[in-house]
Amino acid sequence: MTPRLSSCSRTGGAGADRLAAFRPSRGPQRPTRAARQVFAKAVATPTKEASTSASKSASISSETAKELYRDMVLGREFEEMCAQMYYRGKMFGFVHLYSGQEAVSTGVIKACLRKDDYISSTYRDHVHALSKGISARKIMSELFGKKTGTCRGQGGSMHMFDAEYGLLGGYAFIGEGIPVGLGAAFTSAYKRRVLGDDGADQVAVNFFGDGTCNVGQFYESLNMASLYKLPCIFVVENNRWAIGMNHLRATGSTLGDEEPWIHKKGPAFGMPGVHVDGMDVLAVREAALEAVARARRGEGPTLIEAETYRFRGHSLADPDELRSREEKEHYAARDPIPQLRAYMLKHGLASETDLAELHASVAAEVDDCVEYADASPKPDMSQLLENVFADPKGFGIAPDGRYRYELPGFTAGTAEVS
Amino acid sequence: MAAILRAPGLGAVWGTVRGLATAVRQAEPATAGLDAKQMNLCSAVNDALHIAMDENPKTLVFGEDVSFGGVFRCTVGLAEKHGKHRVFNTPLCEQGIVGFGIGAAAQGYSPIVEIQFADYIFPAFDQITNEAAKYRFRSGGEFDVGGLTIRTPYGAVGHGGHYHSQSPEAFFTHIPGIKVVMPSGPRETKGLLLSAIRDPNPVVVFEAKMLYRTAVEDVPTGDYSIPLGRARIARAGSDVTLVGWGQQVLVLEQAAKELAASDGIEAEVIDLRTLLPWDADAVAASVEKTGRLVVSHEAPLTSGFGAEIVAAISDRCFYSLEAPPLRIAGYDTPFPLVCEPLYLPGVQRVVDGVRRLLRA
Ligand SMILES: Cc1ncc(C[n+]2csc(CCOP(=O)(O)OP(=O)(O)O)c2C)c(N)n1
Ligand SMILES: [Mg+2]
Repeated sequence: MTPRLSSCSRTGGAGADRLAAFRPSRGPQRPTRAARQVFAKAVATPTKEASTSASKSASISSETAKELYRDMVLGREFEEMCAQMYYRGKMFGFVHLYSGQEAVSTGVIKACLRKDDYISSTYRDHVHALSKGISARKIMSELFGKKTGTCRGQGGSMHMFDAEYGLLGGYAFIGEGIPVGLGAAFTSAYKRRVLGDDGADQVAVNFFGDGTCNVGQFYESLNMASLYKLPCIFVVENNRWAIGMNHLRATGSTLGDEEPWIHKKGPAFGMPGVHVDGMDVLAVREAALEAVARARRGEGPTLIEAETYRFRGHSLADPDELRSREEKEHYAARDPIPQLRAYMLKHGLASETDLAELHASVAAEVDDCVEYADASPKPDMSQLLENVFADPKGFGIAPDGRYRYELPGFTAGTAEVS
Repeated sequence: MAAILRAPGLGAVWGTVRGLATAVRQAEPATAGLDAKQMNLCSAVNDALHIAMDENPKTLVFGEDVSFGGVFRCTVGLAEKHGKHRVFNTPLCEQGIVGFGIGAAAQGYSPIVEIQFADYIFPAFDQITNEAAKYRFRSGGEFDVGGLTIRTPYGAVGHGGHYHSQSPEAFFTHIPGIKVVMPSGPRETKGLLLSAIRDPNPVVVFEAKMLYRTAVEDVPTGDYSIPLGRARIARAGSDVTLVGWGQQVLVLEQAAKELAASDGIEAEVIDLRTLLPWDADAVAASVEKTGRLVVSHEAPLTSGFGAEIVAAISDRCFYSLEAPPLRIAGYDTPFPLVCEPLYLPGVQRVVDGVRRLLRA
């Protein structure tokens, strides 16, 4: 699939002509909604056109291809293991899996970001964390509620944070991570523009879903990002569903279209909007490379709409009865992992043996992280009282220097803790 | 969640919830004699919504995912029976959802808005506190949004973590102009929800989500309502008054049983039902009799609604109190994941607190 980067038209007053540019250039036969093809379309003035990964000769090195492939497989296997562990009662809380959407996490984070870049995620955050380089051990331990987790077992599935890797959090309140990502992007811009640190070119990438695009904070953030020309990228993982709400039933169509295009909201706010096939990791990578480079150059934000699909229910508690079999099969056939696999084999980027080795190493890593998490200690009782305020004294720690949970009556609830 | 236990002929038997043993509930005089059916709290909500939609064509139900039944299945079958024009999904935008409800209510409609989890009500807080609650006042009575009802599931479920467990009721009791209702079981929920829908003021109803499926009891099948602002004596007693609301009432009932069995202490348990306005008369009457007051809630202690009750009762019953009133609440921390059992004011904490109070 072809991502086309486009920038907002800077020539005003085009009126009707400009609207024409918004009309999808689809053939006369409109595909059914379920089987809709993902078209990469230009918004306003197209500036660049990339080739499809299917046709072109290999655009990436064997090493990069293997890295991306492994990251996607790791994401998938990790999530499938989570499902098993959840049903075995090893993890609790609400758990939302990412399976099916790997090309987005890998194509954006693994392929384009550095350790010192920022990402803000959602409740579907495990795989974003993996792609960012956080160890599977730490993530699985967090899911098990263990002390060795990313947040010491504090929050579990939907609340991943990692300061070292610039993971600004999983946000279980939809949309709340978006402006937070902007604040981080601002600090990078501030370092460069105000403090004179020319090397400060970190970007912030905000991930969120199609349903979340109907939250006010999304629009507030588009405006602020554009107004302050922030080095940030908005990545909409449009998997067509928000729990039981189909995207087409939840969002009004963009003008002149028969359906809502989220990427078209970019130009309205003064930034390019890109629509990309989110099941094609190379296409995602290409779009993201361009957006990240633009942000690093100080040219401001980009909105990327990646059309993808989750292969499981909304959460592990969702029986997934609302999506049609036809639709599920359509997307299953476009699974990003076999797609990249075929591409790599076709272009001689890897042999069957190489790929088998990658799978084996992922399986070993996933087994290892489960063992590690299982064997890790539970958090101490002090967890409840620490990190509420900066100074645990007076709150978590009593005047005699002992933890308040050690005081007589704490578990009975009769100790004074506030 | 614990399995649902049923014992036909025994009236309603509650499932083991959060380590609570089963407790038999007696039928309320107000609903005694009506045709009844075993229902869980979820079906009780559903039943109330059907009745409300039947009686008033301007009653609407909307919110995230409600048209296919909602994530907790409370709105199942409503769209099929009453039409998709009356029961519809909204995009994910709580602030917009409530504002939209306000607009419809001001035109005489009766929107019943669902906020998927009480934790997600905060984006709508602005509309609730600044617009819904002040609409009548600001417009000098030109308009009101009395038709508006906001339903939202609240509370601990055993594994919800930071954002699917909170009890935000106290924030809403600080808003003159809305009513706040927190029912404690299926029968209570149906009767109180119907009153909330019919009340000429905007009402926020916090539904005990842990009980949606685990609480089952006889619920009258027809129309009945339980008046807002009136508490219920869930258990009579003479030694101490225990006040709670929502799912915490079960904890208090269980603690009262334990205190009676092990210490011979007879606790009176008051189910407050409505927090705004709350039934100070009922609590004061009980405290005049027992001389001791315990208020308990899942929400954090500081500035929880317990503080209001304790202040008001200390004022009214100062000379009858034999010990300082006690609050047993969640700790002043965010709602935890792993430490949930430690955080919650469970049966043991209540029992210990009461013993301490009686020794005082
Ligand atoms: C403020 C808020 N309201 C409601 C919810 C409940 N909720 C959780 S996920 C979700 C759907 C989000 O859909 P989308 O943005 O498309 O992301 P996806 O789940 O498809 O990844 C909803 C309504 C929430 N988490 N936060
Ligand atoms: Mg979605």
